[in-house]
Amino acid sequence: MSKAREAKAAKIRQLMETEGDAVGTSTRGFNEGRYESVQSLDDYEGLKSEARAIKEDAIERLPELIDQLRETVESNGGTLYIADDAADANRYVREVCEDKEAERVVKSKSMTSEEIEVNEDLEAADIDVVETDLGEWVLQVADESPSHIVAPAIHKSRDAIADLFNETFEPDEPLETAEELTMFAREQLGDLIEGADVGMTGANFITADTGTMALVTSEGNARKTAVVPDTHVAVAGVEKVIPTVEDLRPFVELIGKSGTGQDITSYISLLTPPVESPTVDFDAPDTPLSETETDRDFHLVLIDNGRFDMREDDQLRETLYCIRCSACSNVCANFQHVGGHAFGGETYSGGIGTGWEAGVEGLDSAAEFNDLCTGCSRCTTACPVEIDIPWINTVVRDRVNRGEVSELDWLVEGLTPDEEPGGVSLQKRFFGNFETAAKVGSFFAPVSNWAAGLGVSRDLMERFLGIDARRELPEFQRETLKDWFESRTSRVDDPVRTAVLYPDVYTNHVQVERGKAAVRALEALGVDVVVPDVRSSGRAPLSQGMIATAEDHAHDVYAGLAEHIDDGRDIVVIEPSDLAMFQSEYEKFLPEKSFERISEASYEVMEYVFGLLDNGADADALSAGAGEEIAYHSHCQQRTLGLEGHTEAVLSDLGYDVATSDVECCGMAGSFGYKSEYYELSVDVGSELRGQFQTDENRDRTVVASGTSCLEQLDSLLSRPTQHPIQLVAPRR
Amino acid sequence: MSTGTVATFEDSLERLEVGWTHASPDGLADVLEEHCPEPAVGVELPYDGVDLPDWVNTDPTPADLRGANAGVTAAGLGIADYGSVVVQGTPDGIEPVSLFGDLHIAVLRRSDIVPGMPEAFDWLGEEFRTGHSSAIIATGPSATADMGALVKGAHGPKDVHVVILDE
Repeated sequence: MSKAREAKAAKIRQLMETEGDAVGTSTRGFNEGRYESVQSLDDYEGLKSEARAIKEDAIERLPELIDQLRETVESNGGTLYIADDAADANRYVREVCEDKEAERVVKSKSMTSEEIEVNEDLEAADIDVVETDLGEWVLQVADESPSHIVAPAIHKSRDAIADLFNETFEPDEPLETAEELTMFAREQLGDLIEGADVGMTGANFITADTGTMALVTSEGNARKTAVVPDTHVAVAGVEKVIPTVEDLRPFVELIGKSGTGQDITSYISLLTPPVESPTVDFDAPDTPLSETETDRDFHLVLIDNGRFDMREDDQLRETLYCIRCSACSNVCANFQHVGGHAFGGETYSGGIGTGWEAGVEGLDSAAEFNDLCTGCSRCTTACPVEIDIPWINTVVRDRVNRGEVSELDWLVEGLTPDEEPGGVSLQKRFFGNFETAAKVGSFFAPVSNWAAGLGVSRDLMERFLGIDARRELPEFQRETLKDWFESRTSRVDDPVRTAVLYPDVYTNHVQVERGKAAVRALEALGVDVVVPDVRSSGRAPLSQGMIATAEDHAHDVYAGLAEHIDDGRDIVVIEPSDLAMFQSEYEKFLPEKSFERISEASYEVMEYVFGLLDNGADADALSAGAGEEIAYHSHCQQRTLGLEGHTEAVLSDLGYDVATSDVECCGMAGSFGYKSEYYELSVDVGSELRGQFQTDENRDRTVVASGTSCLEQLDSLLSRPTQHPIQLVAPRR
Repeated sequence: MSTGTVATFEDSLERLEVGWTHASPDGLADVLEEHCPEPAVGVELPYDGVDLPDWVNTDPTPADLRGANAGVTAAGLGIADYGSVVVQGTPDGIEPVSLFGDLHIAVLRRSDIVPGMPEAFDWLGEEFRTGHSSAIIATGPSATADMGALVKGAHGPKDVHVVILDE
């Protein structure tokens, strides 16, 4: 394994051991909370679209809204400053503090202030900075960085915090319980807030009409930070401005549910500073508030730091719609196992983190963790502002590829039939061109399988391609699905419909049996089947960030299927990740009409079977379950498309007893689990699924899974054979 | 205000483990006697004919805030779906009084309970445009899970009690 890959694998391994459990427990709790909490909304999807529309409009009109905001803030008696970058923002904040002769600034957690590292800047000017969010304070005491956008100290267990406090503060009685630790922190921070000169907060939203900022917290620290000292400095990205107070409503309803699974956080502060509340001057503890001179000062510092460029960038613009709720991190199987210290850059972490890092820090920072997004798409439905996060990550990956310079360029150029520039790594190029490997593999099978399995081959593959030697390789079939199909004749006399079975790379070359089963099942239900010679969907290159190659595939696939669609044929797809290409990513590659046609004509194979049965096809033509117990794992993209229910329904109707896994991901995710730097992580993620399928209730169930990657992962995690559901229900002959 | 909305509000408070009591304007003193520990600080209520009892300190110092077991304030709005109360910042100190004690007692008119966030934000938009400078949508007590388990009372009150004034 190369040194870089070994180093990355070692870092991931270490974080899985030290922080994985704490991160996993919390993020999974947040994520399950989200599923429960959004159920209480009458129209969750409608609310998300409303939130999205507000952000789209606000970013579109940003300069105008900022002008309006400047007027309102100034007429309220505050000051608005637009900072170009971190240094500019820090200078302004420092000058405000110096004007006040401030000795101590108390801060309410703000990712934007992490981004500009204002604490370091103020401390260099001999100004004490105290984080008042309990989690953030723990990190300040421990001198660590946040690992989660909402719960910064998520990676620290209660025991670790107790050890830290006991060592640092040496309390009379050692602190132990969460209650004791919290009350200790409350006391300490209470004292520090009371003597503070300046309160600094972020701002989740700022309304242009009234200059009202919304702060979302549960602890109440933002309230104390804003109300106790007479000077309030709020630091936020320019993207936080929205038009009106009423526009806050969908966000207020969505942010807690999306983030930590709370229906609403304890406090939503809506402040139009300088606020009317009296300051609480603990230096004059016996002067009634009514006699306290309150002369509040307010500074709003809006930071550009790359955001206006992101606004001009057609691909990164969506990142600015982000409301920093962390739903994309919490739902992400990889994040659940390694947290933001691996799945993050200089400031931001998790799914949307690469977009932020690419925009505010640059591609280098984004590149460090971009590959940890496997494109599984589970975050797209979790995001309350409907951001296509995997697409942003793919774009960033593509840009990183184009920036990379490999010493093997001379070897790669010309050997791989793709549309990419020379910088793309050999590993990515290999996985992106898997179709070519599969063709060669099938042509030379079984010799190719034997040769690939040799120790020397595995060593070479590991060294040059980064394919982990511990991962079992797919076994190419000599007879492809297309070969088999061409050698037979249709068994349907009076077809009800004609369907094109899309021969994805894996079904055609590796999982040929599931293809045959699909043909038998469809024919048994009265469908005339065609298996045309069409190119692979482009999922493989897309996963590697090879967008130009993926787009090339999309045009070829559409060209290969267009006449079938014109002819009224349905496109039946076995591999969910390919169906997801047709129904989502192709929107980026094809003209609108072409995308609509292929998208509307395509069905997942079990969804199609469900539809046929629903329309009166004879279920007796399929293999009945007679109570057979099944353990079913759907597929990430299939679940995102809302299609796992069809498989469950068909199996149940046919008399199978189905238990479905509810883990977010199997951890394999296409090429990811083959790569030597990520192999161990993919196995660790998979352990959740293995756990569910190895309980007393499930251990004897027949295992079925919809996706190729899922099947391969399950094959290596379990000692039982696996198959696609269509193989279960198809007639044996 | 329909009984349905009030019942929904009460259900939401129940879910949050927030206590509530109905009181007539005349009966408020008795309700506070029962639910509000001393020493208590407070802010005079803006409702006609409704006064806080003498033992609630309505002109607190910072030291009083710190030493208070409870803070009594009005709430401008109740939001039934969430069990939230809207606490408005005022020059006489509703915000600090509601924030520093271990218990916050929010006194709310029955007619000020609205069904959900849409109604609340229609009201808030109006309030902010006509000059109010701040409001907190407070839902249950202050809480944190940062120390490894959910604990009530991080920086703000550990408990909340809502008094619904039936006029």
